[in-house]
Amino acid sequence: MNEYVQQAQGFVNHQLGPVWGPPAWSFTTALVSIVLVLVPLLLTVLYYQLVERWVIGWMQVRKGPNRVGWKGVLQPIADAIKLLMKEQIVPSGANKALFFLAPIVSVGPAMAAWAIIPFAPGWVVSNADAALLVLLAMTSLGVYGVIIAGWASNSKYAFLGALRASAQMVSYELAMGFAIVCALMAGQSMNLTQIVSRQDGDWGLFHWFWLPLLPMFFVHFISGLAETNRAPFDVAEGESEIVAGFHVEYSGMTFAVFFLAEYANMILVSTVSALIFWGGWLSPFNFAFIRDAGPAIAWLAAPSILWLLAKIAFFMFAFLWVRATFPRFRYDQIMRLGWKVFIPLTLIWIAVVGVMMLEPLASTFPFSIWFGRP
Amino acid sequence: MLTRVREILSSLMLLELFKGLWLTRHYLFARKITVMYPEEKTPRSPRMRGLHALRRYPNGEERCIACKLCEAVCPALAITIESEQRADGTRRTTRYDIDLYKCIYCGFCEESCPVDSIVETHLVEYHGEVRGDLIYTKPMLLAIGDRWEAQIAADRAEDARYR
Repeated sequence: MNEYVQQAQGFVNHQLGPVWGPPAWSFTTALVSIVLVLVPLLLTVLYYQLVERWVIGWMQVRKGPNRVGWKGVLQPIADAIKLLMKEQIVPSGANKALFFLAPIVSVGPAMAAWAIIPFAPGWVVSNADAALLVLLAMTSLGVYGVIIAGWASNSKYAFLGALRASAQMVSYELAMGFAIVCALMAGQSMNLTQIVSRQDGDWGLFHWFWLPLLPMFFVHFISGLAETNRAPFDVAEGESEIVAGFHVEYSGMTFAVFFLAEYANMILVSTVSALIFWGGWLSPFNFAFIRDAGPAIAWLAAPSILWLLAKIAFFMFAFLWVRATFPRFRYDQIMRLGWKVFIPLTLIWIAVVGVMMLEPLASTFPFSIWFGRP
Repeated sequence: MLTRVREILSSLMLLELFKGLWLTRHYLFARKITVMYPEEKTPRSPRMRGLHALRRYPNGEERCIACKLCEAVCPALAITIESEQRADGTRRTTRYDIDLYKCIYCGFCEESCPVDSIVETHLVEYHGEVRGDLIYTKPMLLAIGDRWEAQIAADRAEDARYR
């Protein structure tokens, strides 16, 4: 594999010369890695919504979609074709430029944030040192798409939805940011690869940061639900009150793009949870005695992208599970939870993590697992 | 004070939320109760009031004697009957229209009929494609009766002991 890459690099350098060769090569590799990340992501989004309809159907003792193709597996294709064929309607009085800009603004950051997500050591589009900052910046930018959509639609429902969504996303961003601050304190880095490698050790799944940061894990996941406007925090869509919220005026592909952004963000939140709290690609059975137990069992302890995918899949399932279980929060309850519970809790836990990392505690037994100097 | 502390702790540990999640997990694997409609159908009562039909006697003579009780009782004014004296001296309908757009499927026509001629059958899957398709005329109603007579008679026989 590596020789072929080197041969290709040599070929490019040979063809384009020393001036244009290296930039052309890095451009090509960046493009290829983007395609390698985004194509599976888009396919996952396509099938995530089918799985969502299945899971929610099953939990409501229904069967879910099972007509198109075998057991309904072609349903997303049928939906995509339907959305492509639908007419683009621009409401009268809408700001046309902003109206079409909004879905792009919303899907752009949702895709861009994947640049800093590592899938295995070295398997990352951009191994940025400030990865967590990029992540926070990108998830914050997503709210602009919602605001612009609500404003440009010239519809009171869309406007109300945008107001709700922006207030909610801004509030929960703080809690989510603080939760991630706890993770970066524990990981002592903002680089996701390094945060994951800090969770590597002899204690398997007990070495991951979910244990010392358990409340922060829940805060991060619940804030993730609120950030992506998913049930039970989906007042921005609020079918029963404001029809479909900020995207009520969007039809066809523009709606599909909003849909894509929402689902890409859900997968992103699941992935970040898996990486910073649940050890990423590390094996849960990574105990010293299993590693030394001989090749029959030792493979269980080996890190693998499959562990990461399994963890992401579980959190993605949890999104659907939560949606099928809980009724929608009232708006003031959302604000109370965000400002009066989550933010104080995260601030307290930042102090708690700080104390756990201080020297007398950091090298005593339970804390030395996560915070001890190697 | 202690109960308050306990409340705060249990809400911090999300106990009730996990209880709810456990319940939906149970239903995830529960047997599904959906009836896959065109392939599977729910059982229907013999008293089902669906599409109308006009019945005949076993010798092939139509039952209807044009007494117009059904026309009189119909609350939606959906039935139109015209009659004449036939060559053998009996009174028969020349026209028997049921406007299914007006019909409310109350079953009064069937109840009022002294000769069990007009009946509401178990049929519910029918449709019209152009305007006027759902105004059923005498030949159409007789045809439905001829086609489904066995089922109609069986339903009536099953229900007879409760009448």
